Amino acid sequence: MQGAKTLFDKIWSQHLVGRRVDGRELIYIDRHVLHDLHAPHAFEKLANAGRAVSRPDLTFSMQDHSVSVLPGRTDDTYAEGAAFVRAMREGSKRNNVRVFDLGDPEQGISHVVAPELGMVLPGATHAVPDSHACTVGGLGALAFGCGTTELEHILATQVIALSRPKRLRVNLEGKLKPYVAAKDVALHIIAHLGVSGGAGYAIEYAGPVVRAMSIESRLTLCNLTIEMGSRSGLVAPDDTTFQWLAGRPWAPEGAQWDAALAHWRTLPSDEGAFYDREVTIDCTQLDPQITWGTEPSQVTGVGGRAPELDDVEPTRRAATQKALAYMGLSPGAALEGLAVDRVFIGSCTNSRLPDLEIAAAIAKGRKVAPGLVAMVVPGSSTVKRQAEARGLDKIFTDAGFMWGESGCSMCASTNGDTAAPQERVLSTTNRNFENRQGRGVRTHLVGPALAAAAAIAGKIVDVRKLTGEA
Amino acid sequence: MQSLTHVTGVAVPMIEDDLNTDQMAPLQLAKGLKPDYADLLFKRRRQNPDGSLIADYVLNQPQFTAPSILVAGSNFGCGSSRESAVWCLYAVGIRCVIARSIADIFRENCLQNGVLPIELDGAAMDGLQQRVLAANGAAHFNVDLEAQTIDGPGGEAIGFDVRASDKLRLIEGLDEIGLTMKHASEIRAWEAQTLADTPWLQQARDKRA
Ligand code: SF4
Repeated sequence: MQGAKTLFDKIWSQHLVGRRVDGRELIYIDRHVLHDLHAPHAFEKLANAGRAVSRPDLTFSMQDHSVSVLPGRTDDTYAEGAAFVRAMREGSKRNNVRVFDLGDPEQGISHVVAPELGMVLPGATHAVPDSHACTVGGLGALAFGCGTTELEHILATQVIALSRPKRLRVNLEGKLKPYVAAKDVALHIIAHLGVSGGAGYAIEYAGPVVRAMSIESRLTLCNLTIEMGSRSGLVAPDDTTFQWLAGRPWAPEGAQWDAALAHWRTLPSDEGAFYDREVTIDCTQLDPQITWGTEPSQVTGVGGRAPELDDVEPTRRAATQKALAYMGLSPGAALEGLAVDRVFIGSCTNSRLPDLEIAAAIAKGRKVAPGLVAMVVPGSSTVKRQAEARGLDKIFTDAGFMWGESGCSMCASTNGDTAAPQERVLSTTNRNFENRQGRGVRTHLVGPALAAAAAIAGKIVDVRKLTGEA
Repeated sequence: MQSLTHVTGVAVPMIEDDLNTDQMAPLQLAKGLKPDYADLLFKRRRQNPDGSLIADYVLNQPQFTAPSILVAGSNFGCGSSRESAVWCLYAVGIRCVIARSIADIFRENCLQNGVLPIELDGAAMDGLQQRVLAANGAAHFNVDLEAQTIDGPGGEAIGFDVRASDKLRLIEGLDEIGLTMKHASEIRAWEAQTLADTPWLQQARDKRA
């Protein structure tokens, strides 16, 4: 259809400010959220160049990466992070940027906080100096993870200079089985497309599976977009989105809400709009997923096995062998039954209230296996409060889980929360890279249900067996 | 930013796919806000936990301690957006990375720091990898950005593609922010128009405040 546009095209063209002499397009950034690991450098460079923050009113600072998650934490609880936390606070104050600091009732992981406060909106552009900025695409926003120099550029100009990505639509067909959730779908997509399969594209997730998902699930789905090499992933907003956003503290209200809603309803892709690539994946048979290797595409159903080397493409054999050796697995090894040392439930992937509710339902009335360390870290202080109001913290602590303050914690282990070498960790995070959770640590990515089940069983187990539903 | 027209020097072979930025620049907050980036580069592969060097790791071999060009497999620089990955490469002298494919954010970070990212695939890349392995650091390679060629021992010059915008930016050493600031009036006009049309985008406010 002539003139038919995708969701991506609509947001891009509305935000296109101009074209630079080098051919790059300038895209306006509506919401810019910074964090303590990278913003201090950008603030310093900005100051050295004598430049000011262009729109402090559209810029927000989160303390998330380098903060301790221990109760009663201060700047110095994790001593090595203190310089980052302080530089972040000072840089933000100097530039009149609102900082969600330690002790702020709404502090948390940027990709959790910006949606839950209604800061980021459908049709808006969003940038964070963090590759998982794509998370907020779950609300129908176009987000870009960026580097430190790009961050400085956005601070100074409020625009980002980009080459326009291509469009990829991933149609998710069918209906999910019980205990299969957004994380499993996302890992399955990565297995299908590969860890660089999305490079150069903005991905739109569509189809009945997405339409049936809650906003929290869509945020989880979009979170893993970068693990396919795509900077941006998004879901068209619908009534689920609008109901979720209505009344959030930073969302528009009154006449502005009505105007915004009318605009948001025009955003979904037009019939016949052009995509550079389309992929359709049936999710009906999907089981809960677990990674066996050192990148997110190395994944199988929980009842599955690590690959036999003969079954792997010759060009991938050496890498597979290396991944298996790192993970302490032999080719063809079954995953179910492997002993687990540690479980981490948290991160911008799976730390929202519904994630914690799933885990708590499994933990309730049960005990963490002896010797296993299990940790739950809510994605934001708001999530923490809501979970506590529902008594989830009590369920977790009664079962023997640690219950933390909000932050990134063991996701990137930049706050000192690590596992010991060779420990096997079931983690609801997004990267199972070598050494990410500590030197030699063996990370298996899973959703909250499998993580909680493993904490109880002390080994990798199909949650449906634990609950007697399989 | 300094202009970059060509890169000449030792090419180090790291013929592996999916080398991610976590590996290139592990985050070590204990080293403070400004760590020794040269020391950090592939630290967990280069060093034992006690800091001693792992002798057979490629970057520890004497011929590869000061490389200018890095030749990898596919999907180089995937993972975290951390720009320190590029700062680490830069700190040991690497000004050009050549891979079958390069992750989007990492490529941007290269361009921001005057490091030339080249994607080269198929037989051209097979040939280059073989030549770099065979040279084993003993002879120099030369990457000419103006001519878009890679030259070195063991064969003919190899052509490569580069986006015109990226080439211009590296050769002219353009100041990114300065370049965008030329559009300041367009940015202000966009803001005014957006405030009129879709005001919620231009106003971020906590309604409870
Ligand atoms: S939780 Fe992990 S992926 Fe998410 S912002 Fe923090 S470190 Fe990054």
